[in-house]
Amino acid sequence: MIIKQLSVFLENESGRLTELTKILHENNINISALSIAETEQYGIMRMIVDKPDQAIAALKKEDFSVHTTDVICIVTPDSPGSLNAALTYLSEASINVAYMYGYSSCGKAPIIMKVSDPAKAVAILTEKNVSLIPASEFYK
Amino acid sequence: MIWNEPQECMSRDNMHSLQSRRLQDMVSRVYHNVAFYRKKMQELGLEPGDIKLIDDLPKLPFTTKTDLRDNYPFGLFAVPKSEIVRVHASSGTTGKPTVVGYTRRDVDMFSEVVARSLCSAGASRHDIIQIAYGYGLFTGGLGLHYGSEKIGATVVPISGGNTAKQLQLLQDFGSTVLACTPSYALYLAESMKEAGIDPQELPLRLGIFGAEPWTEEMRKAIEEALSIKAIDIFGLSEIIGPGVSCECENQNGLHIAEDHFVPEIIDPSSLDPITKENTGELVFTTVTKEALPLLRYRTRDLTSLNYEACSCGRTTVRMHKCTGRSDDMLIIRGVNVFPSQVESVLLELRETMPHYLLIVDRVGALDTLEVQVEVDDQYFSDEMTKLEALSRKIKHAVESVLGVSVKIKLVEHKTIQRSEGKAQRIIDKRKL
Repeated sequence: MIIKQLSVFLENESGRLTELTKILHENNINISALSIAETEQYGIMRMIVDKPDQAIAALKKEDFSVHTTDVICIVTPDSPGSLNAALTYLSEASINVAYMYGYSSCGKAPIIMKVSDPAKAVAILTEKNVSLIPASEFYK
Repeated sequence: MIWNEPQECMSRDNMHSLQSRRLQDMVSRVYHNVAFYRKKMQELGLEPGDIKLIDDLPKLPFTTKTDLRDNYPFGLFAVPKSEIVRVHASSGTTGKPTVVGYTRRDVDMFSEVVARSLCSAGASRHDIIQIAYGYGLFTGGLGLHYGSEKIGATVVPISGGNTAKQLQLLQDFGSTVLACTPSYALYLAESMKEAGIDPQELPLRLGIFGAEPWTEEMRKAIEEALSIKAIDIFGLSEIIGPGVSCECENQNGLHIAEDHFVPEIIDPSSLDPITKENTGELVFTTVTKEALPLLRYRTRDLTSLNYEACSCGRTTVRMHKCTGRSDDMLIIRGVNVFPSQVESVLLELRETMPHYLLIVDRVGALDTLEVQVEVDDQYFSDEMTKLEALSRKIKHAVESVLGVSVKIKLVEHKTIQRSEGKAQRIIDKRKL
């Protein structure tokens, strides 16, 4: 249930994102989810890809700083209160959420989260019947 | 007015004999009292008696900033510590500062050369001198202070910064002379404009500016903006502080107090003396200083000398405004900054790679320093808060060592040129 997310350090300059996506394209790597956190000077692109190890190797070869992080992906119903319920389970277990990103479509809302203790979070959410997307669904 | 006519207007022949006598005495003092110099002279097979004339200077060994660091803090002092009445310090090439000491007579001589400088700039006992140089370990504030008191002027020892108060006192006290760095003078001019103060309505008439390089263009800008005459004063703490040389009202070269500080110009690569009219590295021998007499101190400043008589009446040699440095030292808002200091901070932090680039610029009147630091895979975090914390930590560490505020920019891995021999560590965008 734990998914390997890639984080890439990018200077806030036009063209950097294009270079990154070009490398992924050339290596036939597909992005399933992404989010960018930015400051005035730089950004961190976080993404889930279908072939993480291959993507890391390709990016490192081109001198990108790449970091992997364990994240989880929950799926909540696309309705008011469902995210709140999932987060309540986590906070009751003293699990902290560092960041998350998601969207909703066709009645479902997948949300990727970085939490302080992913293994514990998986156990608690499974117990509380919150759906999680397994890593295998992202990887080829 | 000339403060010390006998010393400042003597014939070249008399200056030559005076310098020669003083050099003989100085060489004997350093040989007998400073182990460092005795060893260096012995290595060259020199005895004090071998030095008779000022023309013998090239026989003597050089002194560098590294020598001062290696003998940190008091190793090069030529007198017992009980004779030292004051110390000052400036930034060294790494974490440790360069320490200089003064005996009572050194402090008197320091005041004397600053008094000469102030008079040559056109100041007198009738002036109110607002000293906006920093007071403290930096020689600027106290140096100007003692010299100003010596000529009998009224001193306003406000020190650096606190711009609103500077403006208030310029108005309320009617200061006629301002002493600070040229960039701060420009900043004051801008602040004055913002505050709606008309400089033409202030009694301020003269500025004595130094501690950082500035151009003729900057002089024009300051003179127009503040409606004053702007005079360049030069000095470095290793030699004494401000007052080593200063322009007269002709603003055509800085008269060196060469009865105390004997200048030479050398080729910085071969270290050979070169014709004084050609540009090279300025070297000083402090023939009268007691606490820290330095033989042939390499200033790393590039300039040339002019021995032509000046219409002001002074016969002392003039140096041109410094055109650059023969090392990588930067002067930012009057503070000496060495790239190696940044490197040692980064190495100590152990959380970044020692790959960095310093970008100096001048925004409005103020110098800015940006330090670009590479983020390596090892230290890169996917959490923004952690990267921001790292950035703040670097900023704090760099600022505490450099003494100037910096902007930290985290950049991508391998974007900074790697060292192949001498790496490019500085981009100076200031138009000097």
